[in-house]
Amino acid sequence: MTDNITAPANTTPSIEVRDLSIGYGSRVVLENLNFRIEPGQIVTILGGSGCGKSTLLKHIIGLYKPLRGDILINGRSIVTANEQEKRSIMSEFGVAYQGGALFRSLNLAENIALPMEELTNWKRDEIRKRASEKLALVHLDGFEQYMPSDLSGGMIKRAAFARALALDPKLLFFDEPSAGLDPLTSDMLDNVILEIREKTHATIMMVTHELPSIFRVSDRVIMLSAEKKGIVDDGSPAYLRDHSTDEYVRTFLSRGGTYKSNSTEPDHA
Amino acid sequence: MKTTADNIIEWGDKAFRLKDEVVSLISFLGDVTAAMWEGICHPKRLRWKDFLFYMNTCGPDGVPITIMISALMGVVLAYQAEVQSHKYGADNFLPMVIGCTILRELGPLMVAIVATGRSGSAFAAEIGTMKISEELDALRTMGIRPARFLVVPKMWAMLVMLPLLTIIGDFVGCAGGYMVMRSELGMPLDVFLQLTRQGVAVKYFIEGVLKSVVFAYIITMTGCWRGFRTGNDAIAVGRSTTSAVVISILFIVLADALLAKLFTVFYGWQG
Repeated sequence: MTDNITAPANTTPSIEVRDLSIGYGSRVVLENLNFRIEPGQIVTILGGSGCGKSTLLKHIIGLYKPLRGDILINGRSIVTANEQEKRSIMSEFGVAYQGGALFRSLNLAENIALPMEELTNWKRDEIRKRASEKLALVHLDGFEQYMPSDLSGGMIKRAAFARALALDPKLLFFDEPSAGLDPLTSDMLDNVILEIREKTHATIMMVTHELPSIFRVSDRVIMLSAEKKGIVDDGSPAYLRDHSTDEYVRTFLSRGGTYKSNSTEPDHA
Repeated sequence: MKTTADNIIEWGDKAFRLKDEVVSLISFLGDVTAAMWEGICHPKRLRWKDFLFYMNTCGPDGVPITIMISALMGVVLAYQAEVQSHKYGADNFLPMVIGCTILRELGPLMVAIVATGRSGSAFAAEIGTMKISEELDALRTMGIRPARFLVVPKMWAMLVMLPLLTIIGDFVGCAGGYMVMRSELGMPLDVFLQLTRQGVAVKYFIEGVLKSVVFAYIITMTGCWRGFRTGNDAIAVGRSTTSAVVISILFIVLADALLAKLFTVFYGWQG
C-alpha cells in the first residue's frame, strides 16, 4: 500500500476506521479496513461499481452496523454508541445524498432550516438568516421559496450541500456529488466543494468515480477493490495514477486521461 | 421437484422472516409510543403544520366517501333486516337493530376500512417513497428520529379525525336506514327516532367512538410501519402499500372482535 500522506501528529482524526468488516447478513463486502482521515482533508473513496463504496459510507455515517471493527468520528465510536450518543455524533457531521434527499413537502429554506429547528434553540429569525447564508454559500441565494420539484439536478445537489452545512459541521460526507450531471454542472459543483472547504475548513469525505472531479478536488484517494474486498491503495490521486504499485489502480486512474491534480505538491509525500 | 428438505428450509425461512417482521413491529410500536409521549410532554415539539395538513387529508377530504359508503351501508342493512323481520312481524325492532348495528359495529368498522384505503395506504406510500429517495436516511443522519418527525403528526391527526368521521358515518348510516323504513314501511321520522331512542343507548355510541380511536392507532401504525419496511425499489412501494391495507384490515377486524367481547363483558348480557 502506498501511504504517501503524512498525518499531522497529535491530532484527533475526523474519521478513524479500525479493523472494519462490513456486509449484508453473512455476505462480507469489505474486510479488515484500516484508515484515518485527518481534519481538513478532502478524501475520495474510489472503486469499481459494486465494490462497496456507498455501503462503506453508510456504515461510517452510522446507518448500518458493521460485522466487525470500529468507526470513530472525531474520536467517538459510532458503532458502540447508544441511540442518544449516536444522534449526538450524527449532529456533528453533514451528509449530502446522491439524489439530494430533500424533503419534497418543504421549500429550500425550510429544508435547510430543518436541522436548525430540530436540534438547536436558535430563534426563528436567526434560523431564516442562516438558511439564506447557506444557500448563498452554494450560489442558490434567491431560491429560498422554491420547492425541490422546481429545481434542476445540479441545483438539488447544491441545496443538499447547503442542508449538510446547516449546523456548521466540521465533517461532511458527499455521496456521488456529481453523478448524472453534465460536465459543466459537475465542474461548478467541484468549485462549490472547494469553496466550502476554503470557507469552513471542514473535512470532506466523498464517494464518487468521476475522475475529473477526483483530480480537481481530492487531496487523497482510498481505492477499494471488490475482488480483494479491501483497500488496494491510498494516496494522492496523481501519485497513485503515476506510482501505485497496483496496476488496477494505475489503470483505473489513468483511464480518464491525465487530469491536473488539486494538490500543489508533486506526490503529496 | 421440491424435496421434503427444501420444504422444511422454505418454511424455516418464512418463520424467520415472520419473526423479523414481528420484532420490527414491536420495536416500531415502542419507538412511536415513546415519540407520542414526548409529544405530550413537549407539545411545542409537535410539527403543527404537518399535523394540520394531515388533519385535512384524513378528515375533510374523506368526508364525501365516508358519507356515501355509510349511507349505502345503512340502506343495505335496513333492506336485509326488513326482509327478515317482516316475516315475524318485528318491524318495530328495526330502528333498534339498525341503530345498534351501525353505532356499535358497522359505522366504526366501515369508516376505518375507508380510512385504511385512503390514509393508511397513503402513509405507507409516502414513507416508502421517502425511504427510496434516502430522505429517511437524511433524517437519521441529521439526528432526527423519523418516528417523531413522520409518524406523530399523522397519528394525532388520525386520532382526532377518525372518531369525527365515525360520528358522521353513524348519523349518515342511520339516516340511510331511515330512508328504507320510510319508503318500505312508511315509518314516520318521529316514530323511527322514538323507537331508536328506546333501543339504542348512548353507551353504544360511545363504544363505537372508542373503537374508532383504537382503529385510528392501528391504521396509522400499520401504514407507517409498512412504509418504513419498504424495500429499495418502486415495486416495493406498491407492495408495502398493499400490505399496509391488508394488515390494517386484518388488525382492525381482530381488534373489533376483541373489543366486541370486551364491551359485552363490560355491559353484561343484558346490554
